[in-house]
Amino acid sequence: MKKLFIYLKSYIKESILGPLFKLAEASLDLIVPVIIAKIIDYGIAASDLNYIIKMCAVLISLGFLGLGFSVTAQYFAAKAAVGFSSKIRRALFEHIQTLTYTEIDTLGSSTMITRMTSDVNQVQNGMNLALRLLLRSPFIVFGAVIMAFTIDFSEAIVFTAAVAALSAVIFSIMLFCIPLYKKVQGKLDGVLGITKENLEGVRVLRAFRKENDEIKAFTERNNALTSIQKSTGRISSLMNPLTYIIINLAVVWLIHTGAIKVNDGALTQGAVVALYNYMSQILVELVKLADLIINITKAIACGNRIQAVLELKSSSVNPSETLGAQVDGVNAVEFCNAELKYKNASAASLSDITFKVRAGETVGIIGGVGSGKTSLVNMLAGFYYATKGCVKLFGTDVKSYSESDLRKMFGVVPQKAVLFKGSVRDNLKWGNPNASDCDLMYSAEIAQAKEIIENKDGGLDFQIDEGGKNLSGGQRQRLTIARALVKKPKILILDDSASALDYATDAALRNAVREKLKGITVFIVSQRASSVRYADKIIVLDDGRAVGIGTHDELMLSCGVYREIYESQFGKEEQIHEKAEQSALGDGKKGI
Amino acid sequence: MKKQNKAPSGTVKKVFKYIKNYRLLLVISVILASISVAGRLYAPILVGNAIDLIVGKDNVDFSSVGIIITEIAAIAAAVAAVQWIMNTVNNRIAFHVVRDVRESAFKKLQILPLKYIDNHPHGETVSRIIADADQFADGLLIGFTQLFTGVATILGTLGFMLGMNMKIAAAVVILTPLSLFMARFIAGKTYGMFKLQSEIRGEQTAFINEMTENQKVVKAFGREQENIRRFDEINSRLEKSSLRAAFFSSLTNPCTRFVNNIVYAFVAFMGAFAVLGTAFVSGGAFTIGNLSCFLSYANQYTKPFNEISGVITELQNALACAARLFELIEEEPQIPDKKDAAVLNEVYGNVKLDDVCFSYVPEKKLIENLNLNIKSGSHIAVVGPTGCGKTTLINLLMRFYDVTSGSVKVENVDIRDIKRSALRSYYGMVLQETWLRNGTVRDNIALGKPDATDGEIIAAAKAAYADSFIRRLPDGYNTVIGEDGGGLSGGQRQLLCIARIMLCSPPMLILDEATSSIDTRTEIKIQKAFLRLMEGRTTFIVAHRLSTVREADVILVMRDGHIIEQGSHEQLIAANGFYTMLYNSQYSQA
Repeated sequence: MKKLFIYLKSYIKESILGPLFKLAEASLDLIVPVIIAKIIDYGIAASDLNYIIKMCAVLISLGFLGLGFSVTAQYFAAKAAVGFSSKIRRALFEHIQTLTYTEIDTLGSSTMITRMTSDVNQVQNGMNLALRLLLRSPFIVFGAVIMAFTIDFSEAIVFTAAVAALSAVIFSIMLFCIPLYKKVQGKLDGVLGITKENLEGVRVLRAFRKENDEIKAFTERNNALTSIQKSTGRISSLMNPLTYIIINLAVVWLIHTGAIKVNDGALTQGAVVALYNYMSQILVELVKLADLIINITKAIACGNRIQAVLELKSSSVNPSETLGAQVDGVNAVEFCNAELKYKNASAASLSDITFKVRAGETVGIIGGVGSGKTSLVNMLAGFYYATKGCVKLFGTDVKSYSESDLRKMFGVVPQKAVLFKGSVRDNLKWGNPNASDCDLMYSAEIAQAKEIIENKDGGLDFQIDEGGKNLSGGQRQRLTIARALVKKPKILILDDSASALDYATDAALRNAVREKLKGITVFIVSQRASSVRYADKIIVLDDGRAVGIGTHDELMLSCGVYREIYESQFGKEEQIHEKAEQSALGDGKKGI
Repeated sequence: MKKQNKAPSGTVKKVFKYIKNYRLLLVISVILASISVAGRLYAPILVGNAIDLIVGKDNVDFSSVGIIITEIAAIAAAVAAVQWIMNTVNNRIAFHVVRDVRESAFKKLQILPLKYIDNHPHGETVSRIIADADQFADGLLIGFTQLFTGVATILGTLGFMLGMNMKIAAAVVILTPLSLFMARFIAGKTYGMFKLQSEIRGEQTAFINEMTENQKVVKAFGREQENIRRFDEINSRLEKSSLRAAFFSSLTNPCTRFVNNIVYAFVAFMGAFAVLGTAFVSGGAFTIGNLSCFLSYANQYTKPFNEISGVITELQNALACAARLFELIEEEPQIPDKKDAAVLNEVYGNVKLDDVCFSYVPEKKLIENLNLNIKSGSHIAVVGPTGCGKTTLINLLMRFYDVTSGSVKVENVDIRDIKRSALRSYYGMVLQETWLRNGTVRDNIALGKPDATDGEIIAAAKAAYADSFIRRLPDGYNTVIGEDGGGLSGGQRQLLCIARIMLCSPPMLILDEATSSIDTRTEIKIQKAFLRLMEGRTTFIVAHRLSTVREADVILVMRDGHIIEQGSHEQLIAANGFYTMLYNSQYSQA
């Protein structure tokens, strides 16, 4: 939390003035009982009407003065708190933009979102309250005790004892309840878990006729929640009764000893009233303070979480300017003994990968789930660095490129087809902000997305909903491909980007890419043998290792894993069938 | 974000229906609250009386003071005890009511038609049963503890004040509402600011959500700077509106405090005069003790007003939450089983679809006039492009949805005349989207047969080719599978789902093959497990693999909700229709 205070720097004036005005207001509150005492002891005792009027006028002007002070204080506090949190929010957002895939993986998006939204809001509230009340409440409590001392020393001892006892009660109940609240939260999570499970698994649960069992399980958890809520409630509701007793015992003691002193002439009647009034003020402020401490503790916890994100260093090593680019026009991509081990992972996801790809070639990458296909293309695009060995692009190590040159080189179509809220045009322009409509449509045509755009109202102006909800999976996928093509990349990565396309569209896409984008190096990641079948080079991955590199025909002969994949999708019979078909059609149509 | 706090008018009535079970507690709570308020208000009077007896030097009535302070101590102890009991009672009422409401909601969930669950985001339903119920509990609790005590305190104070001095009491009564007006006025003014703030905040959250969830895409396209620019624009608007909202809303306290201070000054003024004015009048005199008491009342009297306006907002919010819960509870349930619904003794696996029509939304027809007659033990593969109605067929067979017209029959009995629980026990279902529950591997396999022995469970796992990988898990069959699937691969999850069915051994099967391929070795195991499962059982299989399709007895080729072709692989290829096209597209050359 501490390091966040640099964001308060521009608001130093406000964060000092706010509490100061608050203190000024609080000291006025402390004067009031003294004035009442004076009214009783001088005004009433001496039947001095003018004195009473004067003192009441003082009370009213104190009211106005207090209003002025507190409004000023509220303004400064609000300004400092809001400005502080805005700066933090911005710093967070900006920081997250600099993180690499590794840190994004570690954090997870939901964490990042919570930090930027609810955590920052909590910090804002906490800061606002702290500036307003953190000084005020203790000030009034201690002020009241000190005022008591000015009235009578031994009576003030009662105050000290009462404050100590009240604080002990309030804070021990608080301390006792915090772990209990955590337990309540835990039980609530249990109820939440079963509810979620019942919604997600509704078909299976109903198929197994588990309705009554689920109700039983739910009731059990729900009852457990209720009983812990009740036992927590029993303790937390001790707060009011206990503080009430303490205050009243103090008052009883006050009157008892006060009576003796007044009888001896050591104390006046008005002074007793004043002491009584101070006692009431103490209770109110201590309860407020307890509330405030809970709020501030929460805010500090949020602040610490925010700081942890801000402290997370970006692991990017790419220089700001590309270094020593020795251009190799022949080999677009080269992996030499590259290994990738994700942070905190126990084993490498890819190991010992070596291959070369010439500019303009089409490379297929195939393998089962978790075999390392996506890791390989992510390493290629410099999203993750090789933990051993190296990755070179056009003869230069990936790490030597500046981040912006690296991004310009690649067109990436990720597995998850993500589009953003806005028009189709806005979305496609992510690839290149300066692209003309003509460029956009050309890319769309290659991506088989032209007719999607043409069939939508407004064409390029068609508004896409958040997450692309108003488009089908296949439409989204084709638009994301178009978006990558708008970049006119040197290397295109299609990471399982045709999974939602039917076979015919998939084939048409591959044909168009090959025919219209000559010279571009293409990586096709797929689980379908048919998608990579005709690539210049197929890399077969199994459990993080390249178990075969070559053309389809070579691999069918030499690579058991490839054959297994192929057969599981086509069956032996089809191959014979297919071979016959191929020879009938002739090699012309194969045309790679 | 604060939710809209509008609740339909009937909500209060419905809440009371739940509270009715605890009416005795409610009566106790009200009685205790009255006692505690009376005690709390009586204490300052006693203090005032004591002060009146402490007039000055050698003018103190010690014996009376002694009695009074003993009374104060006794009352304080009584009030504290009563209050604690009242709080406990209130806790009990509030938490039990919410528990009951939550339970009704969950029970409803079990009999809601699938249509509701499919059409409402799960997060929303969860938030009703969890967050809304929780907020409702808080509201009820605050309502019980503060609303009644607050009102009682106001009335009690008023009564005591009027009893002591009409004029001053009248002044207090006239002046205090000012603070309420003040609070109202500010709340009204700030409403618009808060609305604007929450709008901008919503816009910013949406932007943050969208971009952060897809941070990798943002990076891949180098959009970082552009995003920061857009973020800044929203952020600065948010800062401005937040400042206004935060500042103006924080004026409520200073302003009400100001009014209170003025009232206080008036009481002091009028009280002092009253003391002077009646000093020489015997009987009904206004004493200094009365003044002290009045001053403490003046402080107390305004507090509940401020609290009550807070409590009312809280209650409105709670009612709005309750209304959302009741909406769920009152949702139309699925059509209940007929009273004389049958449980078939013998199910061989004969299924008939007679002229079935079905659509999810009336405007969009899906399945029309579908006729099928399936003989026991046959394997039916359903193929077709996505969205053609393949999974709809599953919904109809399992009666997750009811047909619009026509009928589905098992052993020639309309499934609407069979108990749902019986009907569903005839089928074993493995869906493409494998769902495992939060629990151990064992729990998951035994889902359909909780009393299965370890031997049976292991045998089922072995039959599903799952035993070997389960043994390799850290705790074998006791390994806990969390919400995220506990590190199991998609294929392994599917094997567990198959083992689940193996254990129950139902006469008919519904299998939905996974589209995304699973690693090759597991895939082969799944195919083998499927084949073993299908032996001798009527099987509906939504097929994506051509090998599965070829081996089926009957292939149903679906397109746009219709079965356009039907027959064996060879027959369909010979017919050279849509199936042939579909089949050949697999070989489309790139």
